[in-house]
Amino acid sequence: MSKKIKSSVPEDKELIIGILNDSKDTLNRIYKNYFPMVLQLVLTNNGDEDEAKDIFQESVIVLYNKVKGGNFELNSKLKTFIYSICRRLWLKRLNQKSKNSSVDITDFDEIISVEEDLEHHQEKELKFQQMEHALVQLGEPCKTIIEDYYIQSKSMQEICEKFGYTNADNAKTQKYKCLQRLKKLFFQKLG
Amino acid sequence: MKSDFDLINRIEAYLTGELSPEEHAEFDQLRKQDSAVDLKVVEHQAFIQQISEYGMQKQLRTDMESIHEQLNINSIKDEVLPAKFKVRNLWNKYRLNTAIAASVAICAVMLTLLSSGYFNKSITSNYSALRREINNIKRSQNQLIKGINDRPVSGPANPGQFGGTGFALSANGYIVTNYHVVKDADSVYVQNSAGESFKVKQIFIDPAFDLAVLQIIDPGFKSLSDLPYTFKKNSSDLGEDVFTIGFPRDDHVFNKGYVSSLTGYAGDTVAYQVDISVNPGNSGGPLLDNKGNVIGIISGKQTQTDGAAFAIKSNYLIQSLASIPQDSLVDKLVLNKKNSLSGLSRTDQIKKLKDYVFMVKVY
Repeated sequence: MSKKIKSSVPEDKELIIGILNDSKDTLNRIYKNYFPMVLQLVLTNNGDEDEAKDIFQESVIVLYNKVKGGNFELNSKLKTFIYSICRRLWLKRLNQKSKNSSVDITDFDEIISVEEDLEHHQEKELKFQQMEHALVQLGEPCKTIIEDYYIQSKSMQEICEKFGYTNADNAKTQKYKCLQRLKKLFFQKLG
Repeated sequence: MKSDFDLINRIEAYLTGELSPEEHAEFDQLRKQDSAVDLKVVEHQAFIQQISEYGMQKQLRTDMESIHEQLNINSIKDEVLPAKFKVRNLWNKYRLNTAIAASVAICAVMLTLLSSGYFNKSITSNYSALRREINNIKRSQNQLIKGINDRPVSGPANPGQFGGTGFALSANGYIVTNYHVVKDADSVYVQNSAGESFKVKQIFIDPAFDLAVLQIIDPGFKSLSDLPYTFKKNSSDLGEDVFTIGFPRDDHVFNKGYVSSLTGYAGDTVAYQVDISVNPGNSGGPLLDNKGNVIGIISGKQTQTDGAAFAIKSNYLIQSLASIPQDSLVDKLVLNKKNSLSGLSRTDQIKKLKDYVFMVKVY
């Protein structure tokens, strides 16, 4: 029925170490090796390539969160994990698309249960969106200060120079105010 | 506020390990003693975690996006999909679009063909089915029926809905005109050069050649004197000088020109193309050569082209008349065989002709 995807499958352990080390190469390999499988799944089940991309990227995020969360036990192949996540996500989308007709899906691989991971992912996704929203509302220069300090891990001195504050203490005060506002915005949304 | 600021700074320093061991131990002590501080630490740590997770995920998304851009999606598609799947998916996806595009294309083609008069030839033979369309085409193709209804009404008589020209076939009151002039008519009258109107009856129509034969049934009508012109049986030559008399307005109008092609609109072999200026109302008028032979009947002109009028060839008129069953005619229809126009000057020819050319008024 369908062609088998031929590619040199990377060692799962290698990949997991790569994920933990934020290796760009690892991400590249994961993407190139597993995206075709997901594209195949989505295209054969009434989707298009953009939808395949969305689904696949979401599954990679789930994988990264799981691995980095430290509770990843490799009791299945990485490929199967990604496939199962994508399959579940795609089924969900199909159900949303066609509300009353039952959805049948053509499978290409074995699957494992990923309900728990997805529930966890949904929470994270919600928080991600809240954070994004809060940061947008926060506005400049606060957004950049927060991102530089807490995400890029830049020193207070660098931020001070970048934004032209007279001394690091002023920058610190500014950062403090920004953080307080961000907290407020974030938890406001949450509540 | 000030103390909170200091506290947060201390917490951050504590969390990032910037404190000296003594300070660190001191802060640990503070956490144990003061649960509010402890809570603050946990809260802050969670929130910082939240921000960095957000940053990580955002970075991951950006990275994936850039990897995705490098991929050749189409080649992957070809690799993972059997050809039939692809086609079916495309079909499923674009079915509606295809249907819409196809119907738009068909409409456009039909409209183009319609407006360019492509159906002109076939409509006449499929008359009943395309009745409405014929009307449209007649308008757009500038058939030479004169629209009278938009002109100011003068005098008591109803001027009629449409007008055209007709001319005598025989002295006993048979008149020929275009079928499209009298089509759909309630009643038809003809008016001679003296201004007298006579009621006529349609006794024969030939939509294929766009011809209609009328007979004057008015009791006031007296036979005409012998016709001065004859009907040419064979084809005319290219370049031959021709002239016509018609009623594009309420009086006789003379026009002259020459045969510019032996085929009519879109290669129609039934008609000539004539370079002559004719206008709505000229339809059904006689087209005569220098010797006074009727060689055709003006029937239309091309809208987008200069000097391209069309006239139905006289031999088709003769052919068409021959197909009238003689027993359906009250009076015998005999075409005149004696030409009395030949050799006369043009003005004299016209003087003689005038009495045999009628304005056809359609109600």
